[in-house]
Amino acid sequence: MSSVGTRLLGGPSPSQGYERLGDHLRRLGARPRGSPRLVEVLKHSGLRGRGGAWFPTWRKWAAVANRSDGHSVVVVNGSEGEPLSAKDRVLLQLRPHLVLDGAALAAEALGADDVVLYLSRSSRETEQVVSHALREREERGERPVRVERTAHRYVAGESSAVVSRVSGGQSKPRFTLHRSADRGVNDQPTLVQNAETLAHVAMIARYGGDWFRQLGTPDSPGTTLMTLCGNLRHPGVYEVDLRATVWQVISDVGGTVSPPAGALIGGYFGTWLAPPALESLPLDVDVLRSKHGAAFGCGVLAVLPQGGCAIVESTRILMYLAAETAGQCGPCINGLAALADAMQRIASSSPESGDIDRVWRWIEMVRGRGACHHPDGAVGQLSSALTGFKQHLSTHLVGHRCYGASTAGFPPPPMRGNGWK
Amino acid sequence: MSDGVRRRLRVNPILCTGYGYCAEIVPELIAVDDWGYPIVSRVPIESDDLLKLARKAVATCPRLALVIEESTEGA
Repeated sequence: MSSVGTRLLGGPSPSQGYERLGDHLRRLGARPRGSPRLVEVLKHSGLRGRGGAWFPTWRKWAAVANRSDGHSVVVVNGSEGEPLSAKDRVLLQLRPHLVLDGAALAAEALGADDVVLYLSRSSRETEQVVSHALREREERGERPVRVERTAHRYVAGESSAVVSRVSGGQSKPRFTLHRSADRGVNDQPTLVQNAETLAHVAMIARYGGDWFRQLGTPDSPGTTLMTLCGNLRHPGVYEVDLRATVWQVISDVGGTVSPPAGALIGGYFGTWLAPPALESLPLDVDVLRSKHGAAFGCGVLAVLPQGGCAIVESTRILMYLAAETAGQCGPCINGLAALADAMQRIASSSPESGDIDRVWRWIEMVRGRGACHHPDGAVGQLSSALTGFKQHLSTHLVGHRCYGASTAGFPPPPMRGNGWK
Repeated sequence: MSDGVRRRLRVNPILCTGYGYCAEIVPELIAVDDWGYPIVSRVPIESDDLLKLARKAVATCPRLALVIEESTEGA
């Protein structure tokens, strides 16, 4: 049985561009109206947020519904700041009406009077498709959705940064003691929901929670979008059954180019895993966490090529993340910079004495001390590389040359972004 | 202190610029990292003496970056 699903990405082939509203309605039927009962349906479906945290969707909705009173905000988060991820962009470019159906359902169910689509300025194509799709919907009497844009930054999609930007400020995280469900955009109760999550909502509203549970596992029901990249014959965005294992997915999409030297799962805040762990790795997010200490995150799987080095790649990612700090919190600014410095020496097999001890101390020192989880995510992926590839790390520490840095096949981090609006 | 309220010091890391007065006032709850920024204990404040010092640290911070977060037990 194939692990590749067709719930979100079914229908016309990608070469035909985005599915127009008429075709969308002919294929899937009109969406029902959103009502408070939908929150119960979502609870039964077991849908969890696809933005990275996998938080139960119904809980977020219930929290906003409690506070809403006819004035609340629904924000569709399509900013996708993770460099390795393309799933939200692809979804919005091919099936915008699924995402927008989900947003409309959320607004109706929660009594929201403001619906915002939050996009990064980096993707012209997404914006074009979305503005066409929104025009089609308004012609059919759907409520208007305003589009807010952000500079393309790693942390711009973090929930409090989204709230800040949509309120007219910069897309930098904020320090708050309350949830955005209580006080979000312009102090109104706010639902910030990843684009893919809302597409699943559009399907669940049509077909029900039992239908959703026909795929996936009891704790991670349904399908999910993954961005597969690196050492693969056919990299790209795929929809997969959450019941599958990582290895099944890799072979179902055509396998690797060379024997994998490891993989990063979950994106730049994710977890490095060595080849033995890859063999039986499940996608189920709870098993992944409890048995393998790994987070599925936004569904990125980046496979290392033969000869590639997790220490080198994780250092490159750390350098990028250090540069992508919002520059607000001392431990993040100073800690990630210090770690990046020491790791560059270690990655190039020329460490100073005590470097690795300082690295471990700083990893612990930095964790949990930012206004957002940027420092936690950055040191999390680093520490998973250091523990998962301990033996190889020791060759770096004794100064033996590693050829990983000159091995192609793993996507390098992009340049850091510019501006915060 | 058995009023059923759990109190913890929290620092707003965005406001904090690392003056470090807080760590001098209540080293029992606040250490300083390698760059001069406070590492605030997550352990609830149990004694009146510590609470008094914590409040002094909050009042002394030039950046108004420290807060005492209160939550009811079990919440």
